[in-house]
Amino acid sequence: MATSSFPERDAQGRVCTARGGVCRWSDERLGLSELIALARHKRVPQHKHSFWYYWGGISLLFFIIQMFTGILLLVYYRPGKEAFESVRQITYDVDFGWLIRSAHSWSANLMVFAVFVHLFSVFFMKAYRKPREFGWWSGLMLLGLVMLFGFSGYLLPMDQLSYFATKVGLQIPSMIPGLSGLVNDLVRGGPQVGEATVQRFFALHAVILPLLFIPLLGFHLYLVQRHGNAVPPGEAVRPESERRSIPFFPNFLAQDLAMWLIALNVVTILATLYPWDLGKMADPLSPAPVGIHPEWYFMSQFQLLKVVGAWIPGFEGEAAGMTLFGAVTVFLAIIPLFDPDSAFGKRARLTSWLGALILGGMIVLTVWGYAAL
Amino acid sequence: MPDATALNNSSPSGVPHRRDLLQIGMGAMAVCYAGALGYPVYRYLATPAARSRLEGEISSVAIPQKNLPDAGTATMFLFGSRPAMLIHHEDGTWVAFDAVCTHLGCTVGFEPQKHRIFCPCHGGTYDMNTGAVVAGPPPRGLTAFHVEVTDGHVIVSGA
Repeated sequence: MATSSFPERDAQGRVCTARGGVCRWSDERLGLSELIALARHKRVPQHKHSFWYYWGGISLLFFIIQMFTGILLLVYYRPGKEAFESVRQITYDVDFGWLIRSAHSWSANLMVFAVFVHLFSVFFMKAYRKPREFGWWSGLMLLGLVMLFGFSGYLLPMDQLSYFATKVGLQIPSMIPGLSGLVNDLVRGGPQVGEATVQRFFALHAVILPLLFIPLLGFHLYLVQRHGNAVPPGEAVRPESERRSIPFFPNFLAQDLAMWLIALNVVTILATLYPWDLGKMADPLSPAPVGIHPEWYFMSQFQLLKVVGAWIPGFEGEAAGMTLFGAVTVFLAIIPLFDPDSAFGKRARLTSWLGALILGGMIVLTVWGYAAL
Repeated sequence: MPDATALNNSSPSGVPHRRDLLQIGMGAMAVCYAGALGYPVYRYLATPAARSRLEGEISSVAIPQKNLPDAGTATMFLFGSRPAMLIHHEDGTWVAFDAVCTHLGCTVGFEPQKHRIFCPCHGGTYDMNTGAVVAGPPPRGLTAFHVEVTDGHVIVSGA
């Protein structure tokens, strides 16, 4: 074990100081020194908002936990007719199955939370501005995929809650004219949520979404590597001499890893002390459970539809709600084009206010949604 | 800066450097984490193997009359989780063997016309009365079980 915290370089700039040895042998073939030199060259700005830089990394850790626990669940999960029975076995029969499933569910929720924190911190730090537009757009697409991961994974246990949540969830896009047939034929695989639905949701959740997510995540991380961390406008106006920064390697990486350790502890503590529940097996003939509601990350949309629906009854209400929700999505997507400047212009202030309105609206609707249950 | 190129490099007073202690502590913590994460994962993955080990720990199997083979034929059954074979010979005697070839684990079959127990995978041939190796690559004979014929059924128990 090497005790030096950071490898010293010799006159040739190599990290391996020992003559010969495994380090030198691999370095000559893999160019590790160049990578380390590159990482060492990279610096992370230090200021009062630096805390928000961790949230992308935290989201990444939760995604890694999802892949790891998801692969473990694949070992026993059987989609289709036996879906519920196999999750019952995982939860009650297989040693530590409850823990793996619980960690997967908790980490999923924490990942959505971390992604939202990351989104809004990037938004308010105005890190979507030139040259980081593609980082913002790929991030929004990743968020969309995360929501689809959540929605498709929720059905897989096929208990009462997941059955009705999916039924209602698929009813909403079905109300858009022209989409009903598409949802029926391609997404639900029939008029009712059933074996066909769970089988294709499984294909979506465990194959299609990861195939889309992982390369897109790679692209997102490449852009972060290419452009580095954005400095918020309040910091950017300071003269260069007053700005502070730390090396990415090893200083920031060590802090990042410390955050990962905390996040890992949070997942394991929650998964152990509050194991995820499994309801009764889905039964289309029994009434939906009382107080049924979507997961918290769909709660604001759910409440929006409920509120607008009470105000404008019928299809028009749903349409108005969805239009409003669509408008928010479009607003987020075009923001780098609307607010491209690096100073505190009129548009910059307007953007911040609108962002605060969206975030505030989401929080209020979510709290309201839970209070109205 | 203290020279910290080796773990046991101590200061002149013989007290280890703080950095060394920290690194030993970090290493110990990493090992604890790896264990705490690895143990449940191992147990999770090993559950079916553990269950079949439990199932395998049986001492006897009763085979009901309706499943008993006619004279000159054999019937296959599970002794715990392992395939086994009960042969009813023409002369009225009964024998039972573990039906897993001792060579590479294929399930063997009874061939009454050729008076042998045969493994099609690599041609292992066993004696149909004793389970001893007659020809082919198996390193040792098939384990024989104790067979007890009682009223109406047969009880096969571990040797």
